Amino acid sequence: MKSDATISLIEYGAGNLPSVERALARQGVETERVGTPDAVAAARVLILPGVGHFGQLMRTLGTRGLLEPIRQAISDGVPLLGICLGLQALFRSSAEAPEDRGLDVIAGTVDSLPITAKLPHMGWNQLRQVRPSALLEGIPANAYFYFAHSYAAVDAGESAIAMCEHGVPFVAALERQNLFAVQFHPEKSGDAGARVLANFVAYAGAGSPG
Amino acid sequence: MTLARRIIPCLDTDGERVVKGVRFFNLRDAGDPAALAARYNREGADELVVLDIAASRDHRPTFLETIRRVAAELAIPLTAGGGVANIDEGRAILRSGADKLTVNTAALRRPQLLTELAAEFGSQAVVLAIDVKNVGEKWEAYVRGGRESSGRDAVDWAIEGTERGAGEILLTSMDRDGTRSGFDLPLTATIAQRVTVPLIASGGADRPADFLDVFEKGHADAALAASIFHDAVQELHELKCFLHSKGVPVRLSG
Repeated sequence: MKSDATISLIEYGAGNLPSVERALARQGVETERVGTPDAVAAARVLILPGVGHFGQLMRTLGTRGLLEPIRQAISDGVPLLGICLGLQALFRSSAEAPEDRGLDVIAGTVDSLPITAKLPHMGWNQLRQVRPSALLEGIPANAYFYFAHSYAAVDAGESAIAMCEHGVPFVAALERQNLFAVQFHPEKSGDAGARVLANFVAYAGAGSPG
Repeated sequence: MTLARRIIPCLDTDGERVVKGVRFFNLRDAGDPAALAARYNREGADELVVLDIAASRDHRPTFLETIRRVAAELAIPLTAGGGVANIDEGRAILRSGADKLTVNTAALRRPQLLTELAAEFGSQAVVLAIDVKNVGEKWEAYVRGGRESSGRDAVDWAIEGTERGAGEILLTSMDRDGTRSGFDLPLTATIAQRVTVPLIASGGADRPADFLDVFEKGHADAALAASIFHDAVQELHELKCFLHSKGVPVRLSG
């Protein structure tokens, strides 16, 4: 039987599941992969990892019937963490694929980073925390996180908890009740990234019944 | 808030063991890749590169297993490559645990490969490796692990490669590789200023001052080295403290 503490990673063919699985395993957290509407609907805790192309991700989630179960889980209070493209997928749309619609659970859009900076924004950068949050609890102000992306959300309204900058300021992390997302890769960000995952695990553990 | 300059240890392997040569030849054994990976992860490496310099098809399963063993030790990004010639080989490398893959010879033979890989995996996962040798008045891109010239001008190729979808350049000076005589600053600066993607400089690292030079004068975004780290000539954390003291943005802890 599935433990309450199991974290379900949404699988959609691309993604960087093994590195997220390894990072969680180091913390003693059990994971499973979910790729069907029923499995997503049954999950107690969800992670939407992301590497690749916005349009491809949204179309794959659509084809597999996962869009509605993900939206439903978020509105039902299931803890969900989006990583990188998994953050971008929460918005209404992205300049990377203007014809494809995002999950549209966070107001706003994803834009291309300006070509005045080297693209992709690749490497370790720091955050400017804009308000206290569960996700970044205990993270030192000068901590570095690993980014690898060319698109970003410049605004997430009240949900933004940390900004970064590469040509323009953009949303590095957001949090709204049970919904969390980071533009960086916590699973690739050393000790600081491990702390972010631990914070999410702690929230999810505290937030699930039993 | 500044993007940190990256220090990247490189594991050149024969598929299974780490090897190291001088100017790409005279290879000698330099250790177990997973053990070195664990050490560099602990000591503050910003990323790791693991290459299969033999890149023979028979050896591929062994190299994929090496990638899995190395990735299991890391909480930092991993780049892997060697002999990648098509999307399936690229996918096998990424599925084994690498975050990015390098392409070299096959891209020079068929530049469209870069576009195909970028469309499939995203530009952020496609690193164009260019091995460069100074030939008379120009820099030439070499293929097959430095065994033959492609005839292509390295600067032109870097520009074309990034326009076709490569998201990063791994630039190796064959003239400096393994010689510990410093990075090739004119080569690095010329290409760094002509492309719009991040550039990793490689070949010739010895003293901490070489790293300072390659960031300040070479305009590199990252610097890669192998033998000085394997042989413990240079400790990673000390190197980063030195760079920090000189005002270079580096990630010092965690």
